[in-house]
Amino acid sequence: MSLVLDLFGIVAIGAGVFFFLAGTVGLLRFPDALSRLHALTKADNLGLGLVVLGLLPRGDSLLAALKLVAVWALVQLAGATAAQLVGRAVRRKGSAA
Amino acid sequence: MSVLQALDIGLAFLIVAVAAWTIFARGAFAATVGYVVYGLLLSLVWIRLFAVDVALTEAAIGSGVTGILLIGAAARLRGGETAGDEKSLSGAARLLTAGLCILVALALAGVVLLLPDQGPSLAPQSMQNLAETGLGNPVTAVLIAYRSFDTMLEKVVLVLAVVGVWSLAADRYWGGAPGEARAERPEPTLAFLAQVLAPIGILVGVHIFWVGADEPGGAFQGGAILAAMWMIVMMARLTEAPQTNAFWLRLTLVAGPVVFLTAGVAGAIFAGGFFAYPPGFAKPIILFIETFMVLSIAVTLPMLVAGPPRREPRQ
Repeated sequence: MSLVLDLFGIVAIGAGVFFFLAGTVGLLRFPDALSRLHALTKADNLGLGLVVLGLLPRGDSLLAALKLVAVWALVQLAGATAAQLVGRAVRRKGSAA
Repeated sequence: MSVLQALDIGLAFLIVAVAAWTIFARGAFAATVGYVVYGLLLSLVWIRLFAVDVALTEAAIGSGVTGILLIGAAARLRGGETAGDEKSLSGAARLLTAGLCILVALALAGVVLLLPDQGPSLAPQSMQNLAETGLGNPVTAVLIAYRSFDTMLEKVVLVLAVVGVWSLAADRYWGGAPGEARAERPEPTLAFLAQVLAPIGILVGVHIFWVGADEPGGAFQGGAILAAMWMIVMMARLTEAPQTNAFWLRLTLVAGPVVFLTAGVAGAIFAGGFFAYPPGFAKPIILFIETFMVLSIAVTLPMLVAGPPRREPRQ
């Protein structure tokens, strides 16, 4: 059972790290602000989500697992708001450079 | 070399790189962003050193509140930055500055390298007397019991900082409200964030203050989170900063230091020493002081960020 959980953790966290890496590459390489933003929000959303998913079985208690989910949800909220605000600022400025 | 060691070394290099980037960044805004990132990385370092209390404070105060203050300053200075500023320094002055900086850095590096392997430490004594304070978190015991006078003075400094900010107001605005007025139609995105986040944040802030007695956390970290929630609600313009001549506001600002000082003087009368707590009552007194400190911090930090009064006082 613990081997299954370990494997699950490794796969999920590995996938999460992949999304963070992809998001970072996108942030550095994409040509304009809106597509960079697009790359970044994927890292926040899926990357952190998968890392949290992989860590869930390792929590000491149900409360610890719930805290992890709460962290993910709060980052979602902050990330989505920041993305909206940056996107709006870019649009207002007129240029997406 | 283990994975964790490799990560630690990587973290150290990253921090030095971010610090250098912050110094060499051109605009004030870019430098501020660098500084905030630097603070967040530093809090990771504190976690790696198993100093979670310090990590929380670094993230909340060092990176969060200071970051907001610096962004506000950068926004106010925007347009005032001129490209020719650096030319005003002559070559000789630059060389002298660089030389002095190198000298200070070398001296600091020398001191660090000369430190004894086993530094002098009060940690054993601190743990030995922990039971008498009724607390489980030695950091809180240091802050509110062993060196409570220092902590009290830190709060006084914060109040003085607010007085300093307020004194920048024009005469006709004295006693008026700082910051932006409440908006009839607040920016929807920010208003949504404020409405969803503030109730959760208040809960988290109170929780961090409460667990501070036994686990990492405490008055400063909890108060900083509460302060951040008020800042978000004000930034979303769902509410506006109170008038600076409001009696409740001034009372809350000084409540923490006043209660702290009163407890200290009471200790001199009843417990035989300035800032001494009578045996058996230490924990209730500490919690009582901390409650007022949280209130004061939660009001002081937003007032610092809101800045000097900018509207005429209503009667």
